[in-house]
Amino acid sequence: MATTEEIRADLADIVNEVAGVDADDVQLDKSFVDDLDVDSLSMVEVVVAAEEKFGVTIPDDEVKNLKTVGDAVAFIERSQG
Amino acid sequence: MPSTRVVVTGLGATSPVGGDVASTWQAMLAGTSGVGYLDDDWVDTLPVRIGGRVAVEPSEVLERVKARRWDRSTQFAMVAADQAWADSGLEGSGLEPERLGVAVASGIGGVTTLLANYDTLLEKGARRVSPLAVPMLMPNAPAANVSLKYGARAAVHAPTSACASGNEAIAMAIDLIRLGRADVVIAGGTEAAIHPLPMAAFANMMALSKTASGDDGRDPASVSRPWDTGRDGFVLGEGGAVLILESEEHARARGAKIYAEVRGAGISNDAHDIAQPDPEGRGGTRAIKMALREGDVDPATVVHVNAHATSTPKGDIAEGLMLHAVLGEHVDRCVVTSTKSMTGHLLGGAGALEAVATVMALHDRVSPPTINLDDKDPEVDLDIPTSRRDLPDGDIVALNNSFGFGGANVAVAFGSI
Repeated sequence: MATTEEIRADLADIVNEVAGVDADDVQLDKSFVDDLDVDSLSMVEVVVAAEEKFGVTIPDDEVKNLKTVGDAVAFIERSQG
Repeated sequence: MPSTRVVVTGLGATSPVGGDVASTWQAMLAGTSGVGYLDDDWVDTLPVRIGGRVAVEPSEVLERVKARRWDRSTQFAMVAADQAWADSGLEGSGLEPERLGVAVASGIGGVTTLLANYDTLLEKGARRVSPLAVPMLMPNAPAANVSLKYGARAAVHAPTSACASGNEAIAMAIDLIRLGRADVVIAGGTEAAIHPLPMAAFANMMALSKTASGDDGRDPASVSRPWDTGRDGFVLGEGGAVLILESEEHARARGAKIYAEVRGAGISNDAHDIAQPDPEGRGGTRAIKMALREGDVDPATVVHVNAHATSTPKGDIAEGLMLHAVLGEHVDRCVVTSTKSMTGHLLGGAGALEAVATVMALHDRVSPPTINLDDKDPEVDLDIPTSRRDLPDGDIVALNNSFGFGGANVAVAFGSI
């Protein structure tokens, strides 16, 4: 099982690749939209890349609930569990 | 005669022979080819293994995160537009966004994005198709992204007429300014079609040369040979070029550097065949006459032509007939060149890159050579130098011709300042 920090770090790499945000800024308390300036299309790219990376499914209905990096990491942990 | 005079105040280009206008122009004057073997892993499956890749990859110039949201054709357009805009001195000039237009063309649009996403769909399923695929592949993506970057809020056009597209964009830009719809237009063309599918298609329709792709021992740089008896099809190139066109009044008021005047444009169609040109070049002749008439140009002052001449057997001959029909006895004093002998054929980018070369020829009063012209076709009676040739002093005019599948003919006449 990946730790919370490992998932956050991998997710940070994805956000960096897609949106150019410095990976160190992608911390659990950060909002994708308000803090990291990830727009809606970029968020779809992040979600699809995360599904591939972590082997999970993130339904479209769920994406709107993933407001912060912590929300996304928690969802991935639950899905992997 | 149109009342509003239109001038060129900025140039940008990324081409197989250079990453900007200065290096591209110097390479053209020196007769340097940008054609070589392609190193893509798919190339061994194709009947054609050569092409003209850009000399400088856009990834070396553009911000990574922005570039990944742009098809390669848009990347070329952005590189060229950034250069042209910087060259024009318009940044911070107070130009109102509502007076800035865009006309940036491509022949095929974002074909590599489309096909890469189709590969993803087949291999990984619908979920993996990029949500950015449509705004990346749409034919107006280069024009739209240029408008976003520079805040252009007048008309933003993406004319499409195959290999005449880049020249048609320039013709459209002239209209926007003369009709009073814009004071400045960012105009040009781009193409990024070096991909196995379009290359296979062009090869199968016998349009691409297959020379130097097998074991004939030929040099790829020798394959694009307009007007030579050994020509047997074009070489596919890639890249983009952009010109800043501006009303003379606006340019003078801000003290802009002016490269040349755009005298006039002519557009016609053959309505003859979807791919073959009219063998007598009648549609092209009408387009060139229209451009000269619109600019009130005396044929005796036309001393230079950057020809469409792609190195295909029929098209190169038809263009010679057009120039004789339009210029008559004056054709003997006209220096004709095909820079495609060096760059290959940039399709929708060709007319724009060749417009940049035409403007530079007037500005520096020198014509680039046509390379690989070892044995001129006896059916072509034109003055085609094989090394650079000075152009005369005084008021001179140069033509840029482009012809495209679908029968499109576009000619633009530029005048010296």
